Amino acid sequence: MGVGVSTSYGRSYSDRAFATDYRMPMEFTAAANLDELLDVKAQQPDAQLLAGGTDLMVAVNLAHHRPEQIVSLGRVEELKDVGSARIGAGTTWARLEQCQYTALAQAARTVGSPQIRAAGTIGGNIGTASPAGDGLPWIAAADAEIIVESKERGERIVPWREFFTGVKRTSLASDEVITGVTIPDNLPDAQEFAKVGTRNAMVIATVSCVVMRGDDGFRVALGSVAPTPMRATRAEEMINAESTISDAVLEEFGRIVQDEVQPITDHRSTEAYRRHAAGVLARRLVKRTLQ
Amino acid sequence: MNVTITLNGEARMFDVAGPESLLSVLRNDLDLPGTKDACEQGECGSCTVNMDGEALCSCLVMAVDADGSIVLTVEGLSSEGELHAVQDAMLKHGAVQCGFCTPGIVVAGSRLLESNPHPTEIEIREALSGNICRCTGYGAILRAFEDLAAEES
Repeated sequence: MGVGVSTSYGRSYSDRAFATDYRMPMEFTAAANLDELLDVKAQQPDAQLLAGGTDLMVAVNLAHHRPEQIVSLGRVEELKDVGSARIGAGTTWARLEQCQYTALAQAARTVGSPQIRAAGTIGGNIGTASPAGDGLPWIAAADAEIIVESKERGERIVPWREFFTGVKRTSLASDEVITGVTIPDNLPDAQEFAKVGTRNAMVIATVSCVVMRGDDGFRVALGSVAPTPMRATRAEEMINAESTISDAVLEEFGRIVQDEVQPITDHRSTEAYRRHAAGVLARRLVKRTLQ
Repeated sequence: MNVTITLNGEARMFDVAGPESLLSVLRNDLDLPGTKDACEQGECGSCTVNMDGEALCSCLVMAVDADGSIVLTVEGLSSEGELHAVQDAMLKHGAVQCGFCTPGIVVAGSRLLESNPHPTEIEIREALSGNICRCTGYGAILRAFEDLAAEES
């Protein structure tokens, strides 16, 4: 059966997407377990990892991206655990919608559509490292760490600040695989996520925010307002020095958040709007954690 | 790369050389054009299939990665000339205008009723939120599913 052969049903999908080199063979491995996954990555460091496909296949379909080597991790059961100490990288958003971490469940619910949430995983979100990744502000607010593993060096636990190095850039080595996220002890129960976008469903965040309120005070993390997820540390210091959260305190807090973020103007929004929205969201979520 | 899937109840084999999507293989190689190709980025839901019990965008499934899975397309929902209950209800309520989004809605909606036979209006809206209809026919679609949800199982 020919790949890219036109049928009577209109244009050939494959002819359009792979007109130049669709006959070039691709190496594909469906890893059966974690050991095999690490073996393949050790032998084929350039192989691209395929989890839910919600990022990779868009690049294949629209950008004519033609990977030469693919390792699928969909069958690696070890990556699908959600425990009390870690979330497996292969956990889907559909599963995270049901998880006990309020703000992560809220974030999961805003990812794409039911179809996307049934496929996409938190590990994919981390690996893609888009500034707009919906799961990333929660990781920053929780001070979670990224668990990576390679055949040669075994497991490595990387603080999120060291993991995310730029727009769609991470410190993951080519032979490594993201296996999960650590869940720190004693995460605050009071935690809230919200994002701003052009509509309610199926939207990529213009600004996203997680606020947690615990014994050590407020933690404020934001997405889509810097090359990587970020903490608004100056705003945290300011609000955590206050004994009462008055309207005046909140207003000043929002101003500092606006000042602290480093957004850009792009096709989704402007720098000015993102600054404004970051301040509004952070203030609003502080209030919600107090309710 | 040889791939075998259970497609609409039958074992089907196909061969792929590259990263093409399951959608492409269904339409171009397996002669099943009921699954529609529109946005190719998971935004519209017109390519929705039921894969291992989940409603998924077949444009985002790498065909070779589907090996071993059980796939149901809109063509597999009716049996022996009998329409699926969702198809019947959508006909009855005129829940179709141009029809392009319809197969995706039928598949996503049938999967909802499998997991939740009596969904609320909100649950119906959420389950179909990944399926975009540009003819703005949502009112009739919603009424068709509310009818199904009210049925005794």
